[in-house]
Amino acid sequence: MKPWEIVIGLETHAQLATVSKIFSGASTAFGAAPNTQASPVDLALPGVLPVLNKGAVECAIKFGLAVGATVAEKSVFARKNYFYPDLPKGYQISQFELPVVEGGQIVLSVGQGDKAYEKRVNLTRAHLEEDAGKSLHEDFHGKTGIDLNRAGTPLLEIVSEPDMRSADEAVAYARALHALVRWIGICDGNMQEGSFRCDANVSVHRPGTPFGTRREIKNLNSFRNLKEAIEYEIRWQIETLEDGGRIEQATVLFDPATGETRAMRTKEDAHDYRYFPDPDLLPLKIDRTWLDRVCKRLPELPEARRQRFVTDLGLSAYDAATLTATLETADYFEATVAVAGKASAKLCANWVMGDLAARLNRENLGIAQSPVAAAQLGGLIARVADNTVSNAIGKKVFEALWTGAGQSADAIIEAQGLKQITDTGAIEKLVDDVIAANPANVAEYQAGKEKAFNALVGQVMKAARGKANPQQVNALLKQKLAE
Amino acid sequence: MTLTLPEVKRIARLARLEVNDAEAETARQQLNGIFSLIEAMQAVDTSGVEPMAHAQDVFQRLREDAVTHTDADARQRALFQSVAPEAEAGLYLVPRVIE
Amino acid sequence: MIRASLKTLRAALAEKKISSVELARLFLDRIARLNPELNAFITVDEDKTLAAARTADARIGAGEAGALTGIPIAQKDIFCAKGWRTTCGSRMLENFIAPYDATVVTKLEQDAGMVSLGKVNMDEFAMGSSNETSYFGAVNNPWDKTRVPGGSSGGSAAAVAAGLAPVATGTDTGGSIRQPAALCGLTGIKPTYGTVSRYGMIAFASSLDQGGVIGRSAEDCALVLSAMAGFDEKDSTSLERPPENYSRCLDEPLAGLRIGLPQEFFKEGCAADVMSAIEAAIAEYKNLGAEIVAVSLPNAHLSVPAYYVIAPAEASSNLSRFDGVRYGYRAPEYADLTEMYEKSRAQGFGAEVKRRILIGTYVLSHGYYDAYYLQAQRIRRLIADDFTAAFQQCDVILGPTSPTTAFRQGEKAADPVQMYLSDIYTIAVNLAGLPGLSLSCGFDHQGLPVGLQLIGNYFAEARLLATAHAYQQATDWHLRRPALAA
Repeated sequence: MKPWEIVIGLETHAQLATVSKIFSGASTAFGAAPNTQASPVDLALPGVLPVLNKGAVECAIKFGLAVGATVAEKSVFARKNYFYPDLPKGYQISQFELPVVEGGQIVLSVGQGDKAYEKRVNLTRAHLEEDAGKSLHEDFHGKTGIDLNRAGTPLLEIVSEPDMRSADEAVAYARALHALVRWIGICDGNMQEGSFRCDANVSVHRPGTPFGTRREIKNLNSFRNLKEAIEYEIRWQIETLEDGGRIEQATVLFDPATGETRAMRTKEDAHDYRYFPDPDLLPLKIDRTWLDRVCKRLPELPEARRQRFVTDLGLSAYDAATLTATLETADYFEATVAVAGKASAKLCANWVMGDLAARLNRENLGIAQSPVAAAQLGGLIARVADNTVSNAIGKKVFEALWTGAGQSADAIIEAQGLKQITDTGAIEKLVDDVIAANPANVAEYQAGKEKAFNALVGQVMKAARGKANPQQVNALLKQKLAE
Repeated sequence: MTLTLPEVKRIARLARLEVNDAEAETARQQLNGIFSLIEAMQAVDTSGVEPMAHAQDVFQRLREDAVTHTDADARQRALFQSVAPEAEAGLYLVPRVIE
Repeated sequence: MIRASLKTLRAALAEKKISSVELARLFLDRIARLNPELNAFITVDEDKTLAAARTADARIGAGEAGALTGIPIAQKDIFCAKGWRTTCGSRMLENFIAPYDATVVTKLEQDAGMVSLGKVNMDEFAMGSSNETSYFGAVNNPWDKTRVPGGSSGGSAAAVAAGLAPVATGTDTGGSIRQPAALCGLTGIKPTYGTVSRYGMIAFASSLDQGGVIGRSAEDCALVLSAMAGFDEKDSTSLERPPENYSRCLDEPLAGLRIGLPQEFFKEGCAADVMSAIEAAIAEYKNLGAEIVAVSLPNAHLSVPAYYVIAPAEASSNLSRFDGVRYGYRAPEYADLTEMYEKSRAQGFGAEVKRRILIGTYVLSHGYYDAYYLQAQRIRRLIADDFTAAFQQCDVILGPTSPTTAFRQGEKAADPVQMYLSDIYTIAVNLAGLPGLSLSCGFDHQGLPVGLQLIGNYFAEARLLATAHAYQQATDWHLRRPALAA
């Protein structure tokens, strides 16, 4: 028998980075006191009406353009009817038959090293909708508390085709999507606050047979949970089928504590949502002019930028991918190159991915909060590249920039006298002194002990307070010892 | 078309309206009367006619993304919750929800 | 003063012959005396009314009065008014104190300075044609207290007809302004959809609902409509058009006006008394110089079926927010969340509302959507297209407002289908989104008023009002009063 084939499709809810809600003027900021960011519209008071936020529509347009999808000239808002205490109107305003974005593709790379491969995942659609409020199940005398601050927060629901064949692919897709929505600035991507959450549709079947019955795992709010939930679900479905059981279509929840999924107890009336066009909202029109205007404001997309880093700047595919992980990193990197020069692009990449990344990591800072500005780092890299300072001294200068000891690499080099000694006469003098003072090492070297040479280099550098050009020191020392 | 009693109960359930058997039966008879009125529609050939969901043939107007509702001192909340059947600590309370 | 036109009241206030407080007092006293036998008002709050009247007097004193400042008005209890109990005629909202103002309330009270006399009765959630579905009891027609005033704006019509208010707001989803105006001998106008903001007007069927006015004359209605209409950014379906003065062409002559008579409105099904009053009105219009042309609305007979799919569908969804969570009625006992919903809604809503929720839920449900909801929407388009074609041939369409005069309380209450058919002439106008007006054009053999309906093309409110005004200048039907205690 052929092995099982796994089929996964993802529905992702990205909370859009608008300041106000999708249909009301209440704030979308996270963490306010309960129900203080709930306007009459969000509370669904009798008589209130929704008015669509232009900013939310622009986010959807940006996304559509970024994934090469069709942005619909006419789309329609529909009501999805069901009762739930955190759904104040008794219906969710969403899009059903005519969504704002149709089609599109996400390119992702799965796995690492030799086993890495590129995959294209097709998107079905993306549509605008409003978020629900929150049910707080802590004990209020055995009751549930409802906070509607989140109700009406704009969401873009991005639906993929069932193109993924493993949990790893699903995670790679989610990561690529996560990076993209942050890149184009439509979502802050904060998964802990629920700004980016995934539902996974999982089924298994034997290749060449129809797709199996799918179960939908709801509300996965970390990549780890996504991976574990899918892996558990796959195992469970295969075991069930191999034991002669059947898969019933179901909505399931993942419990990170046990690592297991379980079917929800809430009955959903066999999903009869009675969708119909919202009579309070006329069709949405997005014309060519609007599309063009948004297109002009869209940043260069990660895929294009990655390729440009390889072809224009000569970076390796790996470096290019690392530096385009976020828009901030890519921008920072390019700003260093702008100062240090294109010829130093590889050096810039090393500094950004190496010393800077390590230091930021240690301090738990994002690149946007780096105390060393890109122009400052670029200035330092230029001095390393033109041999004004050695790489080792460069690290000292970087530290000085980090702590704010100076405004620029040049000023720090000048003030602390860190300029590299390249004058042959001066180095020759230091070498002569070291040879004279360390006869034992000289003897060892001449007896064939290479280690002794390093000790002598160390002595010269120490005497030069690290500033002597290391290549020159090496060459002169070798020459003198050979005499 | 004739509605059956189980259908009446199903839609009452969807609409979250409690009905007992007698009420469901009355509703069934009345609804069937109303549907016999509505059935007149079915004889009409409407192929090629674009459905009309709104009384206006225009597109929707949008608002700028700006915060216009603020409630920093929770006074609005107090006003809104003054008409709530049950509220506590700024939250609306409902019987426990089991997912 | 009780029977004076708004223009006369305005002059009296301006000349300080009476203060706004005195005027409000006059009406409040009359309400206290006569409302028990009519049940037109659900809520009266003398303190609030008098406070508003004092504010109006201050504005008048400061020379800041507009055309309506200080004039009393009755508000249909479908409009949220901050601090006022706003019930929508339902037990569901029996104790709901609105925490915000509807745009109509802001415009009429805050901006124009009108003084609210209180909230008037209506069919529950505006679902009804007789005002018998109100949780707060039926309203009695001032012309015959054993009869209905029409609905759903029955309280508005009864209040104005009985002289409990000079003018009232109403809303019209399928005839709810025009039919009660007709049954109470008044003038009522429902403007083009999108003209009056729906913000704060509790929704029945969003794509059909439209606010308007019930008054004694076209002239009064024009004044109030000018103050309540206009673009509102809070209503996505509100039309961005410059403000209009609907009184602007009241005095223009009718000569040359083409009045279309749709043959479908002059067939059997209409009471003989009603038809003869309509025929007499047509003759009067001819005298006034109008040209009468025959037009056809071939799909008009489908308007009731299409309406009873579309309106309940939208209503079933609009009324889902009444779930006993954030406001409104919550059942005293329940075992769990589902029971709380089902009992609260079953106890909070009346029979007619529940009936329509069930119809609406059904026609939207899986497997029936295409056959009912989509088909109704397609028929809606056919009906709207009929009007477009008719308005190629005429300027105004004329016909009866209602097939009968006021019927007896309880006469149709047991048979929803008979009740629904009483809106047979008015519903098509809402489906198309057109403006419609009803005015009094005579009486039947029982002395009950007959209503004449005028339908205009989109945005033709001013012309409709002028057409009605010309008739009211030539006749005195609109000046007849029911024989009530003085």
